[in-house]
Amino acid sequence: MSSNHISGAEIVIRCLHEEKVKFVFGYPGGAVLNIYDAVFQQNKFKHVLVRHEQAAIHAADAYSRSTGKVGVALVTSGPGATNAVTGIATAYMDSIPMVIISGQVPTYAIGQDAFQECDTVGITRPCVKHNFLVKDIKDIASTIKKAFYVASSGRPGPVLVDIPKDITAEKYEFNYPKSVHLRSYNPIIKGHSGQIKKALSLLLNAKRPMIYSGGGVVLGDAASQLTKFVRAIGSPITSTLMGLGGFPASDKQFLGMLGMHGTYEANMAMQECDVLLAVGARFDDRVIGNPEHFLSKPKTIIHIDIDPSSISKRVKIDIPIVGDVISVLTELNDLLTKEKTKQNPSLKHWFKDIDQWRSMNCLSFKNDKKLIKPQFVIQTLHKVTKGDAFITSDVGQHQMWAAQYYPFEKPRRWINSGGLGTMGVGLPYAMGAQLAFPDAKVACVTGEASIQMCIQELSTCKQFHLPIKIINLNNRYMGMVRQWQEFFYGNRYAESYMEALPDFVKLAESYGHVGMKIEKPSDVEPALKEAFSNKLKERLVFMDFITDQKENVFPMVPNGKGLSEMITAEDL
Amino acid sequence: MRHIISLLMENESGALSRVSGLFSARGYNIESLTVAPTEDATLSRMTIVTSGSDEIIEQIIKQLNKLIDVVKVLDLNDGRFIERELMIVKVKANAQYRDEMKRMCDIFRGRIIDVSDSSFTIEITGSSSKLDAYIESIDKAAILETVRTGASGIGRGDRILKV
Ligand SMILES: Cc1ncc(C[n+]2csc(CCOP(=O)(O)OP(=O)(O)O)c2C)c(N)n1
Ligand SMILES: [Mg+2]
Repeated sequence: MSSNHISGAEIVIRCLHEEKVKFVFGYPGGAVLNIYDAVFQQNKFKHVLVRHEQAAIHAADAYSRSTGKVGVALVTSGPGATNAVTGIATAYMDSIPMVIISGQVPTYAIGQDAFQECDTVGITRPCVKHNFLVKDIKDIASTIKKAFYVASSGRPGPVLVDIPKDITAEKYEFNYPKSVHLRSYNPIIKGHSGQIKKALSLLLNAKRPMIYSGGGVVLGDAASQLTKFVRAIGSPITSTLMGLGGFPASDKQFLGMLGMHGTYEANMAMQECDVLLAVGARFDDRVIGNPEHFLSKPKTIIHIDIDPSSISKRVKIDIPIVGDVISVLTELNDLLTKEKTKQNPSLKHWFKDIDQWRSMNCLSFKNDKKLIKPQFVIQTLHKVTKGDAFITSDVGQHQMWAAQYYPFEKPRRWINSGGLGTMGVGLPYAMGAQLAFPDAKVACVTGEASIQMCIQELSTCKQFHLPIKIINLNNRYMGMVRQWQEFFYGNRYAESYMEALPDFVKLAESYGHVGMKIEKPSDVEPALKEAFSNKLKERLVFMDFITDQKENVFPMVPNGKGLSEMITAEDL
Repeated sequence: MRHIISLLMENESGALSRVSGLFSARGYNIESLTVAPTEDATLSRMTIVTSGSDEIIEQIIKQLNKLIDVVKVLDLNDGRFIERELMIVKVKANAQYRDEMKRMCDIFRGRIIDVSDSSFTIEITGSSSKLDAYIESIDKAAILETVRTGASGIGRGDRILKV
């Protein structure tokens, strides 16, 4: 053995150094002890010890969502890996680039039902972009290189690398490949120029053009190109839950979010437009409702997406453009500058219709003297943070209110689980974002049910001094479930109440944080101001807002209905 | 409509389950699936017989292409192609059936590859529908056992699936 041979565990660490990884989120165990020993002996990245593997994946995922870099997590075999599955599936559904390293039992024990053995590659196969089982120490470096490449290129996604314990102890030379080539994987970057030209002319000649942008714009770092383009052509634009921040919400061309809880004007414009440009969005069921109803009003649809399988999956596309959104939008912008086109004269009429829909004021709500309205808390949060915070959320009504009442001006500020809708992400997401941006304001908007799904992470927050502000919209209900039961199940609130809640103030205090309970509308703003004041700058503050239990999220497109068949607050 | 999809993929453990998992996870039909290494040992060739509307077939092709281990995908139904399947059948060949089984075997251009006092083992190749036709043509009571490989296919003339 020559002297430049190092252990497989050290090879893993050196690979992460080569990838300039700053944070590894993880939890130790038998199969990864060699790797942890190598983690101990390095200081190029910080290891963040969570309290449950699910949170390690979520935190790494949010690190990626907030920075655009690949998130990295490290878990042990068996239960470590199975605990990670929810996090991996969450990242997969939202196309988040991540590399997850899992320990595996030694190669000679695989298949023998060894202690803490599970078929990690098999279990995770349907919820990763790709995964690998490394069987030979010679392959560790090249496999990790491939993992980072696959995770971050094309349509991004999580990639898992399963490494048996014995090969982390063996020794071999370290040689990190400079580049990777996979003959079976060649993501298309540049869109078809002919299609792009056609798309532009359709949009410029449309009577009622509409743009619908999604998470792909945020993930593809294409927000500024999109903004430039939309402003140049002057059309209205809406965004999916995942795309918020991809276009400045304060711009008058922005109609707000669309979909099941989208604004009246956004959903009506989607339905009524004659030419629709979809950018990095995938026409999912929560966004366009019933596809037949959506197409009942004839429209020409242009779709820009990096993933060919997203095109014509739920809705037939007339002009498909497969390519990286930033590259295609840049080409569109170049064409516009070259041609010096003047604005479409039909827009004036189109915006008249839109203004009519806007005048519905579909997000208005009545404040109450006694009961705290959840919408009011979010509006005040926006005011107090001057719209400049990272907002993470859990899943439920509070998530929709955060999306509706906190207008985002910049991409990567809004972090939530859109695709899988995983309760429990809020706090670990806030950890990932706060670690990435230690000086930024990070608020986690959550509900009393969701927060309890990863509450143990309050301990991690203490250890790593993460001054997250938790906004618990405590309605003593799984509110979103209750809302469906109220509307569609004759008010039978089956198992959707939240009894035996902890005293969140004491709970926060017992973890060493600051707790506040806010019960009166007049206390909302002072409490938020205090939480975000310099005095509490270094502290995690858990704000338990006791809100109106009966409040519902409006507008709402009932499941299976068309976008223009919304229920609004006034209908009830 | 019935489609025969041919694909080349990396000859790695787990690659097969990625493909079969894709079909079950997305609810696509599989009539048959066959796989074996090619002359280039790093590649396997798979033939999948499936059915579905044009939209579903389009999605299947796209989803297969999306799998990282899949190198190339070809829908054989996009052009002219040849399909072959091998079936081995064990049939009764006692006095009652012996002549008839010999005759049917000849009609379908099969070969008797094993003989006992009471049975023939017959090999037949052809399109899946030819094999179905053979089964339809003989007396059900005479069939002792059947085994089929599932269809393989290849493009006609210059249509070639290669890396
Ligand atoms: C892990 C998980 N289990 C179940 C659900 C289904 N679900 C969606 S919203 C919700 C209720 C959430 O309640 P809470 O966190 O209090 O938020 P609220 O709707 O009251 O604002 C449930 C149970 C889910 N999304 N995730
Ligand atoms: Mg609740």
